[in-house]
Amino acid sequence: MTDMGPLIPRNRAIHPVPYDPDYKTSVSRSPNLPLLSMESSPSEETGPTFGHNKLGALDNNLILNWTKGAAPAVGERILMHGRVLDEMGRPVPNTLIEIWQANAGGRYRHKKDSYFAPLDPNFGGCGRTITDENGYYEFLTVRPGAYPWPNRANDWRPMHIHISVYGHSFGQRLITQMYFEGDPLINHCPIAATIKDRSSLDRLVAPLDFSKSRPLDFLAYKFDIVLRGRRQTMFENKLEGM
Amino acid sequence: MVQKLDTLIETASQTAGPYVHIGLMPTYAGNGGYYDEEIATTPFVDESKAKGDVIEIVGSVFDGTGWAMRDALIESWQCDAAGVFPGAEGADPAFTGHCRFAADADTGEFTLRTVKPGSYMGRGGVISAPHISLWVVARGINIGLNTRIYFEDEDNANDPLLNRIEQRPRVETLIAKKTADGIYRFDIRLQGAGETVFLDL
Ligand SMILES: [Fe+3]
Repeated sequence: MTDMGPLIPRNRAIHPVPYDPDYKTSVSRSPNLPLLSMESSPSEETGPTFGHNKLGALDNNLILNWTKGAAPAVGERILMHGRVLDEMGRPVPNTLIEIWQANAGGRYRHKKDSYFAPLDPNFGGCGRTITDENGYYEFLTVRPGAYPWPNRANDWRPMHIHISVYGHSFGQRLITQMYFEGDPLINHCPIAATIKDRSSLDRLVAPLDFSKSRPLDFLAYKFDIVLRGRRQTMFENKLEGM
Repeated sequence: MVQKLDTLIETASQTAGPYVHIGLMPTYAGNGGYYDEEIATTPFVDESKAKGDVIEIVGSVFDGTGWAMRDALIESWQCDAAGVFPGAEGADPAFTGHCRFAADADTGEFTLRTVKPGSYMGRGGVISAPHISLWVVARGINIGLNTRIYFEDEDNANDPLLNRIEQRPRVETLIAKKTADGIYRFDIRLQGAGETVFLDL
């Protein structure tokens, strides 16, 4: 097997800080001691794969998948779309993306969520898809509502969709959140603010994209995802011991 | 001004939040039947045909106050009993190497049922002792935490990762203890006394 090279070390400066007193739960859930850093090994460079055969036809359509197509969910209809790339700019094809979100009123279908906004009987709140050969993906869904959460006395989450991506290596595994262009709550959210590099947070904000919007049907938001790349130089193809 | 780099910057992580289970483990979250086939509920394609020893690893994820977290979600990735990673040529077709499991909502205890991995040879001919890679996410964890499970009944003396841990007592935080035949205990401590060694690989 060809050695694709080790993973490019993670730049932790563009990621959220693990410990942030404004996000209270992080205080007791962040390691005190430094991480152990070393070059990646096969355990991190390989990863699980998922076939298209596991997925159902409506899995990436959150407007219809909870009712199996019987009735559509309430809310502003949107297409969420984009590409998965690695740090070298190469598309990441055939990788699983999973999303979950609140309904249009800001309520999750989860027993721990007791917000006043009612459940939508026609909305489950999750979806999944596999990127195509160019790393492209899309989901049809409704725009999630903002919701309050117990943290400081009056904290609200901006509208957001949770996203989980695999890539091709276990070391690329990533969970993040997509925010929406123009949402004033982004600048007040202690979870968004765990990312200290503003340009890094800005890359989580999806722009409105009329090029993919379908007249009289849905608006579109574009969200590209960049996963860790792998380092390979001509010098790394040298023979053992040379 | 210098030249512009051609590389992209990795997308920043955000916490998986309190409702991660509806997205990744819908049946566990009470939304069973959401998908026709849920992924990674077990690392076995067919447990009866999998090669090697089937084991169970039981543990909890403790926060800095010593509380066993009820909302932690963990993913595992490992090679098969012969040391071959699923997807590579010659890997055990009855085993996927990947599992999602969660802390019990009442007790905070998780169980991973899998095969005991073999050792494998990495870059430069270095041999790693048998281990399972873990990735832990939850509300309050802003970027997923990577760690590994090693086994007390294996020879860990020359493992390249364990040998890089300067404070030798901390090696123990990565070693599962055998509690019965085929059963191991592995607790994860996010912070404070006995803090698990987390990895940046
Ligand atoms: Fe949320």
